[in-house]
Amino acid sequence: MTSVLDPTGRPTAPANDELSIASTARQRNRRRILRVNLARLVLLVFIIGGWQLFTAWKIVDPFFFGQPSGIAKALRDLFVHGTAYGSVWSQIGVTMKEAMLGFVYGVVGGIVFGIALGQSRFLAEVAGPFIKVANAIPRIVLGSIFVVAFGFGTTSKVLLAAVLVFFVVFFNAFQGVREVDRNLINNVRVLGGSRVDVNRHVILPSALTWIIASLHVAFGFSVIGAIVGEFLGAQKGLGLVISTAQNHFDPDTVFATMVIIAAITLAAEYVISLGEHRLLSWRPPSASESTAGI
Amino acid sequence: MAAAASKAAPDRSADAAHADAGGDRIVLEGVTKRFATPTGEMFTAIKDVSLRVAPGEFCAVVGPTGCGKSTTLTLVAGLEHPTAGSVYADGHQVQGVVKGTSFMFQADALLPWKSVEANVAMGPMFRGASKKEALGQARDWLRRVGLSGFESHHPHQLSGGMRKRAAMAAALINEPSILLMDEPFGALDVQTKAIMSNELLRLWEQSRPSVLFITHDLEEAIALADKVIVMTAGPGTVKDVYDIDLPRPRGAVQDVRFQPRFLELQHQIWESLKDEVQRAYAKQGNPIAPAAATTGGAA
Repeated sequence: MTSVLDPTGRPTAPANDELSIASTARQRNRRRILRVNLARLVLLVFIIGGWQLFTAWKIVDPFFFGQPSGIAKALRDLFVHGTAYGSVWSQIGVTMKEAMLGFVYGVVGGIVFGIALGQSRFLAEVAGPFIKVANAIPRIVLGSIFVVAFGFGTTSKVLLAAVLVFFVVFFNAFQGVREVDRNLINNVRVLGGSRVDVNRHVILPSALTWIIASLHVAFGFSVIGAIVGEFLGAQKGLGLVISTAQNHFDPDTVFATMVIIAAITLAAEYVISLGEHRLLSWRPPSASESTAGI
Repeated sequence: MAAAASKAAPDRSADAAHADAGGDRIVLEGVTKRFATPTGEMFTAIKDVSLRVAPGEFCAVVGPTGCGKSTTLTLVAGLEHPTAGSVYADGHQVQGVVKGTSFMFQADALLPWKSVEANVAMGPMFRGASKKEALGQARDWLRRVGLSGFESHHPHQLSGGMRKRAAMAAALINEPSILLMDEPFGALDVQTKAIMSNELLRLWEQSRPSVLFITHDLEEAIALADKVIVMTAGPGTVKDVYDIDLPRPRGAVQDVRFQPRFLELQHQIWESLKDEVQRAYAKQGNPIAPAAATTGGAA
């Protein structure tokens, strides 16, 4: 490293130097982002292109595994021609309605029970083993019972979605209440806060961090609940589209429906993240955001 | 304390022992507190503790770690109930959280999801003030503790000293007659601690609540208090009570400790505290190095 000295012996233009350091740092950052995006594009082309080529060359049988071009066509067909039981939009509407209702019921139930059991040692000890057992049961199988008991309408799907969501939210709310700092509760009590005040100002906001982290996973579960419910028996919905396509040996339509569901879930995830940001704006920025969203 | 304002106590049968309070703000009589550990064993935190704090008196409690100092405070605050003995605050037996008592905790007790002013406004709001009124009072108190301009900040955006200022405003806004402080400045660096101690004395002299101040820093205790109580190693009980006759206002706590009388008191009290510190230290399974415990400052 040779530093250039001007006749007075000082290094030349330190201000310029700093600027150039900043600009190279920016440039390096830009280049890094570009490289990541480029690599993503390459990976995407590799997966989709590989799939397309392998099926085109009959190395993989498109009859079983579909084909990207076929999926695109099936997707177009779904939106242009609809299904045997109405437009694809009405199927999306039905599934979303079931998922959303199930989500809301499950979340509300999970929060209420989680907070109640988190605060009462007696309730927690009484209910503990039952909840453990209920959690160990493969709850998705309850769908069969719900379909038989409540018919092919939306009720059975909403229930299945709600059950799946409930446990995710419940455990997080329960843990959230347990993790509340005793000092904060004591402080509010000494300041004259009633039980309601303690709940409203300390326990609920504190548990909210945990609850919101669970919502990302919970929403995914609500969609799964609705789709599986429809799969087991329905008159409408994306799950029915999938099971019909399966019966017709039409993997392209199955994949096309999966694409639709993924798009919806990603959009919902985005909305939840926005809400999370707003509700948890008090947190120091260093806290890692939405790590539970995977 | 002849000047003690004896408040007209409402006639309650539970107040039969009211006369015992004798005009003192805080009275503990033969108080014992035991806890059951999760394994079912009994743990005695404090044993037969009796102490009195007069109206407007600043009382510091020093003692080794684990001698039940904090337990004593939670009993006065009404957050816990004594196993035996009685606790009186303002002439009434303490049976739950007492109006007129404020508490400053060692850890930050500000709610991290509320702005500083909303935190400070909680006190008046829980006591029935309207939101607007409470926020007005909160801003006034934040100004008094030197936090103007930080009203809408969240606690994590403030430094440790500033959070203590906010906590002080939150504790004083209800204009308590009893202020309980559990090592409030324990987590601060030395300089900030000195500044906050001066600030506390300044605010205390304005409204003169009775203070019960827990610390294990003997210098801090002498610099601030009218009376220093030494507690024994756990189970804690009152060992000695020293009156601190340094004149008030004392001025900066950094300067007080160079006064000859201060050093004399410090020496006296340390003689009493030293044994307890050694005992507590040995109890934790540490070997006693005689030289280690003879230095003046109780860290």
